[in-house]
Amino acid sequence: MRRIISVLLENQPGALSRVVGLFSQRGYNIETLTVAPTEDKTLSRLTITVNADEYVLEQIEKQLHKLIDVLKVSNITESAHVERELALIKVKAQGENREEVKRLADIFRGQIVDVTQKLYTVQLIGTSDKLDACIAALADFTKVVEISRSGVVGLARGEKAMKA
Amino acid sequence: MEKLSGASMVVRSLIDEGVKHIFGYPGGSVLDIYDALHEKSNIEHILVRHEQAAVHMADGYARATGEVGVVLVTSGPGATNTITGIATAYMDSIPLVVISGQVPSSLIGNDAFQECDMIGISRPVVKHSFLVTDPRDIPAILKKAFYIASSGRPGPVVIDIPKDCMNPAVLYDYQYPEDISMRSYNPTTSGHKGQIRRGLQALLNAKKPVLYVGGGAVISGCDAQILALSEKLQIPVVSTLMGLGAFPGTHKNSVGMLGMHGCYEANMTMHNSDLIFGIGVRFDDRTTNNVEKYCPNAKILHIDIDPSSISKTIRVDIPIVGSAEKILDDMLAQIEANDYTINDPAANDQWWSDIATWRAVDSLKYSTNDKKIKPQQVIEAVHKLTNGDAYVASDVGQHQMFAALYYPFNKPRRWINSGGLGTMGFGLPAALGVKLAMPEETVICVTGDGSIQMNIQELSTALQYDIPVIIINLNNHFLGMVKQWQDMIYAGRHSQSYMDSVPDFAKISEAYGHIGMTISNPAELEEGLQKALSMKDRLVFMDIHVDETEHVHPMQIRGGAMNEMWLSKTEKS
Repeated sequence: MRRIISVLLENQPGALSRVVGLFSQRGYNIETLTVAPTEDKTLSRLTITVNADEYVLEQIEKQLHKLIDVLKVSNITESAHVERELALIKVKAQGENREEVKRLADIFRGQIVDVTQKLYTVQLIGTSDKLDACIAALADFTKVVEISRSGVVGLARGEKAMKA
Repeated sequence: MEKLSGASMVVRSLIDEGVKHIFGYPGGSVLDIYDALHEKSNIEHILVRHEQAAVHMADGYARATGEVGVVLVTSGPGATNTITGIATAYMDSIPLVVISGQVPSSLIGNDAFQECDMIGISRPVVKHSFLVTDPRDIPAILKKAFYIASSGRPGPVVIDIPKDCMNPAVLYDYQYPEDISMRSYNPTTSGHKGQIRRGLQALLNAKKPVLYVGGGAVISGCDAQILALSEKLQIPVVSTLMGLGAFPGTHKNSVGMLGMHGCYEANMTMHNSDLIFGIGVRFDDRTTNNVEKYCPNAKILHIDIDPSSISKTIRVDIPIVGSAEKILDDMLAQIEANDYTINDPAANDQWWSDIATWRAVDSLKYSTNDKKIKPQQVIEAVHKLTNGDAYVASDVGQHQMFAALYYPFNKPRRWINSGGLGTMGFGLPAALGVKLAMPEETVICVTGDGSIQMNIQELSTALQYDIPVIIINLNNHFLGMVKQWQDMIYAGRHSQSYMDSVPDFAKISEAYGHIGMTISNPAELEEGLQKALSMKDRLVFMDIHVDETEHVHPMQIRGGAMNEMWLSKTEKS
């Protein structure tokens, strides 16, 4: 099952490599990983998506907690949450395809953020599923030249918050 | 405030931390620390012959005393040579602080001479590591390193210090912190009250309970509590390789070591138990055999200070996270206050009579003859002549299992071996570390002709610092454990396990300035051992030629349950 794990991490040199190393060392597969500083400059926030059953997830959470630089670990998929991913999708947009790409981007509430005579770059925000669907729809009728995806970020809904 | 250079701060911090011994090897990047060390004489530095041995020595020192072992090495090869030692300590949860020099900050990443990314290369085998970026942080980093290494589940901590951070010409205010607090590191020590109550009730209600003690029990220092619990409720105790000595091996409630080479009664007790109470164990694969077939009727109660050890390989019914000593104290206080006894004494009697029938199998029996010395015989003789009270450091292989099975330890911290990583070459340096910590005690290194050659150069260190240990080399001219597996699984094809150019160890020992003895006649064994043990102030290397056909038994059958064992070369349980 797909899970989203949020981690608050001391913003120390090498801290990120400890987290990444842990996953490869113990054979857990990272699907996406995002990391950036938080409002507190001494802390970074990581969002990791993994495919894991209940049992592996429990070990991942415990092993993450064991890292000295890790402050908090939370599985945000265990309750209501918001998750988003951003994709930049560069596609061939010539002839009648040009209009069709624009239409499809609109349907998925994407924006065209870069234009050349031959290409459009579509910016799209949503859940990973929505991004997958849009990319598949584009690939149906035009050539997808290049894609860059941000990986998932997420927060628990409601009052719940992860703080140091 | 006192002004010190980065290098002097390292040395002063170690002094302020109460460190008495450092094990190390100098080199370009740490010369400033070595210079500062030269001025201060209250720390004894042991110059090893290979950095790996420095870590094993500090490790042996730490295992025997419970204190943090300290290592100092240079950058590059000095640092990489420590990795096997650090991994050994990590697997067995041994507290170490390893200080490595690093090339100057300005050269990091340039592939400079003797540069190696120590933080990166050690990352999977350390509890934590620090790269110093500002010399002013040195005292606080050392304080944190000692705290992290020794608290919670102990482990090795690396501090990598670039050379420019140690410049003797630049002075900073020095003050060693009195205490330290880290928002991201607060190990749990007191167990959950409700869980402790539930655990105790399960124990009282059990008909076939067993205490299964491991290295965590030794580290926690809860041997008195385990003894009290076992005696109060009449519960049998089995021990892992790492837990030997946490419960007296000669006590009537001791059922021996369990696992791959555990004795029959210990594995049978586990397999037939209805409640396994794991204390500081991690259900390692060498102690469970096939997890699918593991102890089918047992509920599992497990104390560990590391939450990630709980339900890692075997699902636990009642987990209690915390210090084993504190949790057992709580349980004993409840037993005392409520005058609890085991709820079904008749079942307990039956349980002990089951155990008696398993003991009667006498799975450690072996035969002797007047032609060849049996390795088991050597260990039993050593046990007799040292009254079971020596510190025994072992290498890895058949001799390690013979020592574990035939030398019952009655006290914790006397059995020093690389259980988790299984590091050949550990024994001699570890024994030297133990002897430095315990100069009045008898320290034995049990080794084999394979293992001893992995760190034999430390005989030179032993001479320099006058460290009189006794080396018992069970020499069979084979890599014995490899040979045993090849005999059992590979139809006796001894691929690369035979050593046909084993040196004359007695002469080697003499060349290093020690005493060497060679014994191959069973009739001379005891007398020879006696003689060696009487030479208190000399290192004696006893090269004992033993029967090369001997196997370690019992041995669990691969893929089987706990109760499936080879009891001899031909006989299954």
